[in-house]
Amino acid sequence: MLNGESSTDAKPLTKSSHEAGVSSDARTGAAKRSSGSAEGRPRKTRLGEIVLIAIVIIYAASLILGPLLAIIWGALAEGFKVAINELSSPEAVSSLKLTLIMAASATIINTVFGVCIAWVLVRDNFWGRRILNGLVDMPFAVSPVIAGFMLILLFGRTGWLTSITDALGLKIVFALPGILLATIFISLPFVIREVAPVLAQVSVDQEDAALTIGANRLQTFWHVTLPAIRWGLLYGVSLTFARAVGEIGAVLVVSGGVSQLTETSTLFIFRSLDDRNYVGANAMAVVLAGISFVILLAIESIKKRTEHTRHF
Amino acid sequence: MSTTQTNSATTAFATQRSLVPWGKFSLRFTAFLYLAVMVALPLATIIQSGLADGFRVFWSDVTNVTAFSALKLTVTSSAIVTLINAGMGTLTAYVLVRYRFPGKGLFNALIDLPFAIPTLVTGVMLVALYGPQRTVGAWLTAHGVRVIFATPGIVLALLVITYPFVIRAVQPVLMELERGQEEAAYTLGASKWTTFRKVVLPSITPALVTGCLLSFARSLGEFGSIVVVAGNIPGVTLTAPVYVFGQIESQNQRGASAMSILLLALSFTLIVSVEWLQGRNRSRNAQR
Repeated sequence: MLNGESSTDAKPLTKSSHEAGVSSDARTGAAKRSSGSAEGRPRKTRLGEIVLIAIVIIYAASLILGPLLAIIWGALAEGFKVAINELSSPEAVSSLKLTLIMAASATIINTVFGVCIAWVLVRDNFWGRRILNGLVDMPFAVSPVIAGFMLILLFGRTGWLTSITDALGLKIVFALPGILLATIFISLPFVIREVAPVLAQVSVDQEDAALTIGANRLQTFWHVTLPAIRWGLLYGVSLTFARAVGEIGAVLVVSGGVSQLTETSTLFIFRSLDDRNYVGANAMAVVLAGISFVILLAIESIKKRTEHTRHF
Repeated sequence: MSTTQTNSATTAFATQRSLVPWGKFSLRFTAFLYLAVMVALPLATIIQSGLADGFRVFWSDVTNVTAFSALKLTVTSSAIVTLINAGMGTLTAYVLVRYRFPGKGLFNALIDLPFAIPTLVTGVMLVALYGPQRTVGAWLTAHGVRVIFATPGIVLALLVITYPFVIRAVQPVLMELERGQEEAAYTLGASKWTTFRKVVLPSITPALVTGCLLSFARSLGEFGSIVVVAGNIPGVTLTAPVYVFGQIESQNQRGASAMSILLLALSFTLIVSVEWLQGRNRSRNAQR
């Protein structure tokens, strides 16, 4: 009966090879913990439950945790000192600096315009709102490579706007402005999509009250609206920054990849892989993964404060 | 633009008296201008560039042998990944909502990690573990399984990248699901699997479909991890986004644009259907 039950539970799954070993281990574990389940379900389902938990954890570990440990291992393959040396090379340092500057600038720009667009989408009602709403989603539908390519079509040798930028003496593509534009594009929707639902829940009454007392619109926004949306905003900002730090496709197309000038950290990894400098690639990958890990922790603590569940 | 502004000026005056209209117009104008310059204009150039020589040329650009096989590979691997996500994502969400086990809080927090980690880093991670000369990869190669620089690598990379979508779509719905119906099904003698199929699955289907569509759309455009993992052999492991990259590098702007338009149209349709689905669910919930 026990076995029959567990096999029906595991029916829709593929990883049958692991099940036998794991379930016997898990069974003794369950016995030790005894019937601590307050769920009030029949005792016979315990085994099936443990098999399911094991499958889920093994799947996640082989997809995420294993590979994550492998790059740390790969970075330290030739010793801690070699990894540090790779990371403190001028190329690595300048690439990391460029990445952080670009990500921070893109985040600031997208935050300012994002709040503005979110406000227009939520509070304003006019004929073009649906178009605006559709445009906001486009960067998520566009492959990053295509995003970079669009900038080349606009500012490249025969681009639509090249005559204008040439006249102004600006170099966009294969230079820093191109990287910034690409980063802005791919991280554009986050702030809007996080702020809009929060803003929709903020009652207009408080803003009206502030206005009635004599505050101007800017004061009202600063003292009433902004505090109300701050956690949603912070959440959107973290997501924007995380996405901006990790961008490769768009930046690869647009940057020209001149070492120490237009090479971001992801491009540094890309070039290191080409040069078979695996320690350098792995070490920088660990640094970027570390940055994303910190951002993720920040996001988690924000989530706890708001209990705001995210629906993609 | 100016006529539309005056048009809405009158309605704005009539409806919202407490707001200063000029501030509102400048905000509306800023929002429009920003999205027009940053999103609409680039999209217009790519459509123009791909269709400049007529539809027939566009069609031959996306149906030449390399382009077509790249497209086929992208669509099939995305479909496989979406199916696996549907199964494993639902199971993971179910386990997270219904069962208690040590380390569950940590596990739940780490699920979003693939969204936070740069996709290129994901690729490097997978090569480090499953690459032919590495620990697990060497063992797999010895047993005749090639993961990296082959199609399984592409599927693996996409599985990591899209891991959270189905889980995060299904989890909140499962949480709100009432246990009463399930308990009733058990009491009537239904097995766990039957209960899941007949009681739980119908309620989570809209969320599941949303999660699947999002993973599919995300898979179609993926570049960073695949470019590292796939080996990019034309006709074998070259995906559509990597094909676009190759065409850009070899200065074939028309070919790159054509494939881009096709990919854009596909993923835009998917995103729009997600919006439509979510809107429908919301209104259905509101009716209840």
